[in-house]
Amino acid sequence: MKTERLLNLVLVLLYARRPLAKAQIRQLVPQYGQSASTEAFERMFERDKDELRELGIPLVTEDIDVLWDDEPGYRIHQRDYALPDIAFEPDELAVLGLASRTWAQASLAGPAAQALRKLRAAGVERDTDALIGIEPRLRTAEPAFDAVKDAVVRRVPLTFTYRRPEATEGSERRVQPWSLVSWHGRWYLNAFDEDRQAPRVFRLSRVSGPVRATGRPGSFEVPADHEPRVMVGTLAAAGGQPSPAVLRVRHGAGHALRRRARTVGDVDDTWSLLDLDYADLWAFAEEVAGYGADVVVEQPAELVDAVVERLSGAVAAHGGGEA
Amino acid sequence: MPPAPQETATARLARLLTMVPWLVNRQGIDLAQAAEDLGVSTEQLEADLQLLFLCGYGQMPDELIEADWEGGRVFVGNADSIARPLRLGVDEAVTLIVGLRALREVPGLDERDAVDRALAKLEAAAGEAAAPASRVLAEVADDTSADLLARVRAALADRRRVHLRYLVPARDEATERDVDPMRVVGIDGRWYLEGWCHRAEDTRLFRLDRVEELTVLDVDGTPPPEATERDLSEGTFRPAPDDLVVTVRLLPGATWVADYYPVESAEEVPAADGGGLLVRIRTADTAWLRRLLWRLGGRGYVTEPADVVAEVREGAAAGLAGYPDHVAGRR
Repeated sequence: MKTERLLNLVLVLLYARRPLAKAQIRQLVPQYGQSASTEAFERMFERDKDELRELGIPLVTEDIDVLWDDEPGYRIHQRDYALPDIAFEPDELAVLGLASRTWAQASLAGPAAQALRKLRAAGVERDTDALIGIEPRLRTAEPAFDAVKDAVVRRVPLTFTYRRPEATEGSERRVQPWSLVSWHGRWYLNAFDEDRQAPRVFRLSRVSGPVRATGRPGSFEVPADHEPRVMVGTLAAAGGQPSPAVLRVRHGAGHALRRRARTVGDVDDTWSLLDLDYADLWAFAEEVAGYGADVVVEQPAELVDAVVERLSGAVAAHGGGEA
Repeated sequence: MPPAPQETATARLARLLTMVPWLVNRQGIDLAQAAEDLGVSTEQLEADLQLLFLCGYGQMPDELIEADWEGGRVFVGNADSIARPLRLGVDEAVTLIVGLRALREVPGLDERDAVDRALAKLEAAAGEAAAPASRVLAEVADDTSADLLARVRAALADRRRVHLRYLVPARDEATERDVDPMRVVGIDGRWYLEGWCHRAEDTRLFRLDRVEELTVLDVDGTPPPEATERDLSEGTFRPAPDDLVVTVRLLPGATWVADYYPVESAEEVPAADGGGLLVRIRTADTAWLRRLLWRLGGRGYVTEPADVVAEVREGAAAGLAGYPDHVAGRR
């Protein structure tokens, strides 16, 4: 019923050659004629107008003419309504299809499919997808994605609770969301943190609970020199100077270590000796500890200590160590 | 896929305004075919056509939209004012522009020229709606495997079987296998080859950065009929119902684990009890989990089942045995 009313309203306003007064609209759209009072009709019409504009339908208010000058008229101009007539080549449609399907498993699957259907509306050839041989897929599993995306797109300030990995409890953050970036398989929000008065990068999966809009669309400007990928990239761990290590690795084990070793030599029937470089002591100690009894650090001593600390910690946490 | 049952009136209107131009340009299309291409059920499409039939710029018969689907062929007429699609909305423009820009960065893509042309036309067509797309940026996957990616795509296009030397870090194992390629997928920041693995006699996903060697064989690589593509909507990890469920307590410094590994549920532990998370992990194989817990060095630990607790403890103790001086010093 409501869809019929809205569709009739669109058709009437698109067909009109001149702006229509509310009374005329009420006559032409049968679902309005049925409303009990003029007041009820006017309330309904106001809401419908807003909803059509939300959809991106360019419903405008214009003066009807000099005789009716105190009452505004309404219409939709065809030239503003319709997607410009653009012919896409078959290979262009194929890559557009791929771009659309990139979102097939994300919350934006609907708009992505709808957009493609609009572009293909006039296409006479069958909607085949040329085999490009690859399928890019973006996922938006983070519950905060949609709310944050809307805020980024419309430039609306946000408030949310953010949990840093080392903190037990989340803290409330008030931000101006600048950009949203999918990097190494995760979504990040680049934003200006209003309390810290500085730019900050937030990982979307660490936003917990509801995301609240705290301002009007367009209420801040994104700096002209903001570069989304560069800003997210600053998150990446700063690589230190590489240090050399010597590891004893069991035959048939430590494949990933062997791949990046400078030299690999066999010690005996059980062990190989590997020379390799590492950048971060603790990160590398974790990696080595992950091999358990298959990898033993020979040098340096600080790496030995770090690995022993990891393994002892694991033993103690799993009920060992009292012996 | 039918539209969500709670489709709002405005969402339906938006769908109808896209459907009409599509149908107007495909007069006489088969009803079932149209429903499939439009992504709705046949019943939904019939209901939509029924609705269109009642609408018009006036209520005289010649002012109403004509919709006819008798005999299973769809005709739509007298809809000139909505015979062109509505301009792209912001979300619509953003998805396609961001998708094309991500595609542009795929290493070794032969279609880059088509991507650029499509992008230029799309940005012109979208007008103002295109502007916010500059604030959303997506990378499909890193480009570390560019050469391999090109060779796998070629094998797929030529329907050749490939031989892989493939590293399974979770089990610290290098394996040799023959694979019939099915597709190349970029998901969660990485490239994967999905194919029929003759060793496992099943469909498998192979992460390209773990392929140590790839040889294209001079053998037909058409996958057997039982090879079916995996649904990747939940990511690349596929838990099975009969997998073991392991409960792991993550202390505050180790909660990142919940972001990186497939956890079935995560429950926050109150700060008074030390904080962090209690997660449940469903897995067929505890080898990777043991390795993870050794790495965490006590910042995470298994609470149940007891035999997994023992496995982790004994494995870590065996690792410590490699450092007799240290362990003696601690006792």
